[in-house]
Amino acid sequence: MAKTYSKKSLVSQTMKPSKETISFLLGYSKALSIIKIDNKSFEIISN
Amino acid sequence: MVNIQLPDASLVKEYVAGNEDALAKLIKRHESKIYGFIYSKIPDRDITNDIFQDTFIKVIKTLKSNSYNEEGKFLPWVMRISHNLVVDHYRKTKKMPMFRETEEFSIFSIMSDDSLTIENKIIADQVQMDLQKLIEELPPDQKEVLIMRMYQDMSFKEISESTGVSINTALGRMRYALMNLRKVIDKHQIVLTN
Repeated sequence: MAKTYSKKSLVSQTMKPSKETISFLLGYSKALSIIKIDNKSFEIISN
Repeated sequence: MVNIQLPDASLVKEYVAGNEDALAKLIKRHESKIYGFIYSKIPDRDITNDIFQDTFIKVIKTLKSNSYNEEGKFLPWVMRISHNLVVDHYRKTKKMPMFRETEEFSIFSIMSDDSLTIENKIIADQVQMDLQKLIEELPPDQKEVLIMRMYQDMSFKEISESTGVSINTALGRMRYALMNLRKVIDKHQIVLTN
């Protein structure tokens, strides 16, 4: 029973976003900084 | 070697504190669930990648602006964002259905440009001018009825009230106006077609 339910899904291995998408997201995250001044927030993207 | 897996909440905290690797771990941990969820709703890899990307852009922005309330529900929260983006996608495509050009299907087979070409427009203007000249040559009573009917879109009842004649007289004047126009057109062999 435990074996049946702990089996790794075969489908999930192919269901993955593209490498480009992941590298874009990680790059975007590194470049983005958000500064809050009063009630306004400013998004800064550094090169 | 024991592989200790930090809970999502701890990774979120680390990421908010500035550890970028924590985001990579969170994405790696949940990418197939989220990607699979989007793909189950929109079976198109390109669109799924776009929505996956938009989902995490929202996640990054929310976490970086400290607007996220951690209640140990990181994955359901991300799933909710992607679900909303899927709904948005279908709303947009419903408003603007997308057609892809294939060998069997060309977009131009269902699209046409009904507007006149420059040449056809010049011809149409010329026809209008010729017709107006012919109408000017009609007897005044016939000309009056024809202009009211064709250019002012009045009914024969309205024409009869406006001109003070019976409907039958107005109809008769219209009939004679058209007959006279045809006569002149035939006589001078005027071409009034576009």
